[in-house]
Amino acid sequence: MDIFDFSDGREGYYGKYGGVFLPEILHATIEELLVCFRECKADPKFWQDYVTLLQNYSGRPTPVTHLENLSRKLGGAQIYVKRDDLNHTGSHKINNVMGQGLLCQRLGKKRVIAETGAGQHGFATATMAAKFGFDCKIYMGAVDVARQRPNVFWMENLGAEVIAVEDGQRTLKDAVNACMRDWVTNMADTHYILGTACGPHPFPEMVSWFQSIIGMEAREQILKQAGRLPDRVYACVGGGSNAMGIFQGFFDDDNVELVGCEAGGHGVGSYMHSARLAYDDATVGVAQGYKTYFLQDKEGNMAETHSVAAGLDYIGVNPIFSYLHDQGKVRFEAATDIEVKEALKLTMRTEGLIPALESTHAFVTAIKEAPTMSKDEIILINQSGRGDKDIFTIADALDDAKWKTFIGGKADQYRGENS
Amino acid sequence: MGLESYIAERKQHKDLLVMAHVVCGYPSFEANMQELEIMHEAGVDLVELQFPFSEPSADGPLFVHANEQSLKSGTTVDQCFDFMKLVSERFSFKVLMMGYYNTVFKMGEEVFVQRLKEAGGVGYIVPDLPLEESAHLHALSEAADIEPIILMTPTSSDKRLAQLGAISRGMVYVVARKGVTGSKTNMGDDVIGLIERCRQHTSVPMGVGFGISSKADMDFLRGNADMAIVGTAALQTWEDSGAEGLKKFFAELMA
Repeated sequence: MDIFDFSDGREGYYGKYGGVFLPEILHATIEELLVCFRECKADPKFWQDYVTLLQNYSGRPTPVTHLENLSRKLGGAQIYVKRDDLNHTGSHKINNVMGQGLLCQRLGKKRVIAETGAGQHGFATATMAAKFGFDCKIYMGAVDVARQRPNVFWMENLGAEVIAVEDGQRTLKDAVNACMRDWVTNMADTHYILGTACGPHPFPEMVSWFQSIIGMEAREQILKQAGRLPDRVYACVGGGSNAMGIFQGFFDDDNVELVGCEAGGHGVGSYMHSARLAYDDATVGVAQGYKTYFLQDKEGNMAETHSVAAGLDYIGVNPIFSYLHDQGKVRFEAATDIEVKEALKLTMRTEGLIPALESTHAFVTAIKEAPTMSKDEIILINQSGRGDKDIFTIADALDDAKWKTFIGGKADQYRGENS
Repeated sequence: MGLESYIAERKQHKDLLVMAHVVCGYPSFEANMQELEIMHEAGVDLVELQFPFSEPSADGPLFVHANEQSLKSGTTVDQCFDFMKLVSERFSFKVLMMGYYNTVFKMGEEVFVQRLKEAGGVGYIVPDLPLEESAHLHALSEAADIEPIILMTPTSSDKRLAQLGAISRGMVYVVARKGVTGSKTNMGDDVIGLIERCRQHTSVPMGVGFGISSKADMDFLRGNADMAIVGTAALQTWEDSGAEGLKKFFAELMA
C-alpha cells in the first residue's frame, strides 16, 4: 500500500482529506518546498545521510524491549516496546527535525521557525538549529510557556528565541497560526519546521517519511526478537507523527492490526478531550492549511480541547489518519487522563520504564486489551517519548505531596535570594 | 449591475476608489453600523464585512483580536448575513463578504452563495482558498452573479499571475507586500512594479491593499490603481479615537 502514490490532480490528498489551503502569498514557497522534498525523496543518498546523522547524533536505531513482567502480570499477549524515548532530546520529534534540517540546508535557508505545544518539538528544533547554525524562533502558546518552563529553559539555553503566543486559546493551534504569520512575512530566508504530520501538503507526507524510520527499524527488530510480526501495534495520536512512523512499517502486513490512541481527557461527552476519531464529536473542516477532522462547532470555529498530555492537546488530526479511519485500516481508541495516570504508575513499577504522558495513552489501550489476547500473541507499543524530563507535569499529574514540598522549599530559597 | 461595471461607473466621478473593512460584531454590530455610516458619508465605494473565524491566520494582531472578541461575544454566521442584508439595503456602497474557507465549507458552498446573494453581497474574499480548490465555488458564484475576488501577491510568479488573471472577475486584490494585515507598507517602486506585472495578466479593476493608511499612500496609488483598500488603519483609528477620529481619518484620507 502506497498512500503517497497520488492520482493525477489529487496530489496531497488522502481520500477527501489533506490538500493545501494557504494564502496565495505562500503558494511559491510551498511549491519550492515540494520540489525540494521530491528531490530529497528520490535521492537515496539523502536518506542515507539522514540515517547516518540520526545514528551518530541521536542514538538510532532505538531498541525494542520485551516487557516480560508486565506481560506476565496481565496474563495475555506478550508486550514489546519500541524505545523512541531513547532518542536525543527524549522523543521521536528529533527524527523529523533532523530530516527537515537537512532539507533546509538544501533549500539554502538560514532561519527556522517552529510551533510547539508541550515543548518537545521546540526543544528538538532548537537542538537541530544549534547544530546546523540556523537562527531559530519557537512559537509557543502563552499557556504552554507557563506550564512547560523546563522545555522553554532548554530552548532558550540552546540559543532559540521563544515567543509566547497570546492569541486565541494560547495553546498549540495558536502557535501554528503564529508560525504561519511569520512565514508569510519571512519566507525568503525561513523554513517552517512543522512538528507533526498535519498542515498543508507536503508536510503530512514529509513528516511521515522522516518518521517512517521508526517502523522500518521496529519491523526488523520484532521479527528478530519475537520471531514473527506483532498482532497489534499501538501508538498515541496527537497530530499523528509517531503513529504514522511506526504504522508505516506494517502497512503491507494485513494481519497486523494498527491501533491509534487519542487523548480522551475527561472522557466521552465531556467536550474536554482531544479525541477526533475515537469519539464522535469531531467533523470535517478546513483550518491551518488542510482538510481533516477537527473538533469544532457547527459554524466551523474551533473548540476548546484538553488533555493531561500537552503534546496530544490539538484540534485536528493528520489527514492520512482521517482517510485510514474511513477505510478501517487503523482502529482508534481514546485513553482518559485518569487511565493514563494509572497506566504510568503500573509501567514504572513493573518495568522501570517512564513513558511520556503522551506515549502512556498507547500503553493504556494496550494494557486494556492484552489480557483478552492469548499468551502467544504479540503487542508492540511505540514509546515515542520519555517522561522523566517532564517531571513537573508528571508530578502534578500524580499529585505528589513530597514534590510539592520540595518545590515550595525551592521557591522560598529563590525568594530569599531575590530579597 | 456587476462589480466591474459598478467600479467603472464610480470611476467616472473620481480617480481612486476606496474599499473599507469592518469585522462583524466587533466591537459590536451597533459600533459597526456607526463606522459604516461614517464610511458612507466619506464616500467609501466598497466595504468588506469580515465574518469572524477562530483561526484567522492571514490577519495581523489587531484583526486577530477583533475576530476573537467578536466570537467571544457570540457572533454567529446568521447574524453576519442579517447584518449584511441591513447594510446592503441601507447604503449605496457595495458589500463583500470577507472570511476564511471553513466558514464557507461548513455551511456548504451552494448555501453560502445563495445566502450571500440574498443578503445583497456582490462578492467575497476568502484568502485561504487557493485557485486549485476554488473551481466549484467559482462556478456556483458565476451562475449567481457573485464575484470571487482573486488575490495577486509580490511572490506570485508570472506563470502564477497568468493563472490567477485567467480566473479573475469583478476586480482583483493586489497584496502590496508580504506578511499579514496591518503593518506599514513602503509605497515605492516595488509596488508600482507589482501593479504593472499584475496588469499584464488581467483586465479587471485593481484594488491595492495591505498597509494603506494615509493620504500620501492614496496619492501614490492614484493613477496606478483603481482602488485603495483600507483595513487596519481605520479600525486602529476607531479604537484610539472613536467616531470623531474615524470621521477625521476618512476626511483626510479622501481629501
